[in-house]
Amino acid sequence: MRRLPGRRTWASLHAEAREIVFDFLEGYDLLGAFWTTVQLTLLAAAGSLVWGTLLAAMRVGPVPLMRGFGTAYVNIVRNIPLTVIILFTSLGLNQTLSISLGADDFKTINFRLAVLGLTAYTSAFVCEALRAGINTVPVGQAEAARAIGLSFTQVLRLVVLPQAFRSAVGPLTNVLIALTKNTTVAAAIGVAEAATLMKTMVEKEAQLIPIASIFALGFVILTLPTGLILGWVGKKVAVKR
Amino acid sequence: MTSVLYDAQGPRAKRRNLLYTAVFLAALAAVLWWVYTQLNDKGQLDWALWKPFTTSEAWSTYIWPGLKNTLKAAALSMVIALPLGAVLGIARLSDHAWIRIPAAIVVEFFRAIPVLVLMIFGLALFAKYTNVSSDDRPLYAVVTGLVLYNASVLAEIVRAGILALPKGQSEAAMAIGLRKGQVMRLILLPQSVTAMLPALVSQLVVIVKDTAIGGAVLTFPDLLASANTMIGYYGNTIASFTVVAVIFIALNFSLTTFAGWLEGRLRRSKKSTGAVVGVEMIEDLETVGHAPPGPGSDIKE
Repeated sequence: MRRLPGRRTWASLHAEAREIVFDFLEGYDLLGAFWTTVQLTLLAAAGSLVWGTLLAAMRVGPVPLMRGFGTAYVNIVRNIPLTVIILFTSLGLNQTLSISLGADDFKTINFRLAVLGLTAYTSAFVCEALRAGINTVPVGQAEAARAIGLSFTQVLRLVVLPQAFRSAVGPLTNVLIALTKNTTVAAAIGVAEAATLMKTMVEKEAQLIPIASIFALGFVILTLPTGLILGWVGKKVAVKR
Repeated sequence: MTSVLYDAQGPRAKRRNLLYTAVFLAALAAVLWWVYTQLNDKGQLDWALWKPFTTSEAWSTYIWPGLKNTLKAAALSMVIALPLGAVLGIARLSDHAWIRIPAAIVVEFFRAIPVLVLMIFGLALFAKYTNVSSDDRPLYAVVTGLVLYNASVLAEIVRAGILALPKGQSEAAMAIGLRKGQVMRLILLPQSVTAMLPALVSQLVVIVKDTAIGGAVLTFPDLLASANTMIGYYGNTIASFTVVAVIFIALNFSLTTFAGWLEGRLRRSKKSTGAVVGVEMIEDLETVGHAPPGPGSDIKE
């Protein structure tokens, strides 16, 4: 190994530089915070996929009351800021109405409330993405399905929705990426996710630019591959017409 | 009401739908009843808690100043982000790779990052490197975060707006001997402004909604923060949230409706080329990776 003046090796210099550059990371659970972000994303994604699909089914169904409910839900939820919804789950549902979603410590309660708020908000967008997907299914598909005697639920379940999902992968990916970014709003009710940690760190540490870069990079790492991989999947599964 | 998804309803289907309606109505009523009893038990429906909203005090002391700040932050962000977005959008269409690629990187980078992260960065930035007073800092931070994010979204709208114009426009312009800069400045940009108006108005909805993040996390005194203050003062959590939510819904719903009306008008218009960047594009632009730049996207790529 080459020697540097003053008995320092490249390796020790490197270690020193690391210490200077990454010193501010000491004592912070960076990976843990991003893991919480991922958990929020995945749980809310699963929840809103189910609830969003149900809403879409209601909106295209034959029962006027359900159609009206679906439309009203989507229009109301889409026009409220997510922050209002998340803050309401904490101040309104939890502190006023004492709903704790089966948890007893502050941390778990707020995490679950955040998942609930994110799910309620994201479902409206999932519903719209699916409805757009349903519209791409050629009329003949549903007509043929009805002609062989399938009922509405069968038409939807066996013929239309499977095709709609395949063409909705692109829009649903967009919703998923937006959801990943939206999980930061959980910082408003003190869930220990990435943005909460970033706020603490920039207040306590001096290195603003390195800290901001790390968090920006974290989100790029979370969202960019999602877009690329699911974009590829979307092309793969799209129904060729 | 008929749809391609189900047959015209005979007597049996009608009866079945009536049953579904009844069941759904019962479920809905049960939920509403449960909410009502919960609210009633906690005394949240007491008239005393809702009464402040019939007085001018609540409106002039809390709601109106908060709403004013929300609108101010949204308007400032839009006005600052629009020229930046236009520059970035045009840069992405440049013939020179050394302009096009950096612009693309900037746009994709800022679209991948949550607005809140940008706002927190802005807040610390102003605290550290400027002497903006600590009262003004939240506004500066909120606007900075919104501008950084929305400039990149608007860049995509501008790009889509320009690409949506018929190819003949730039061809004709070049045929009469205009230079590239002139084609953009005199022919494409003015027409694309009209084409992207609906998308711009819908993006305003996104901006208005995002200002609330600043209200909750950065102590920016917006409409949501004023709800928080009212809750502290009147102790009426449910009432305050309801009123603030209704204001947000009314504001955003009218903006959305206006955008839809603009879009329809532009599509019908005989004076223009009929090129429109639609409202539905906004949701796709919320995110990275997928930029669906309308018809004719292959013109310059």
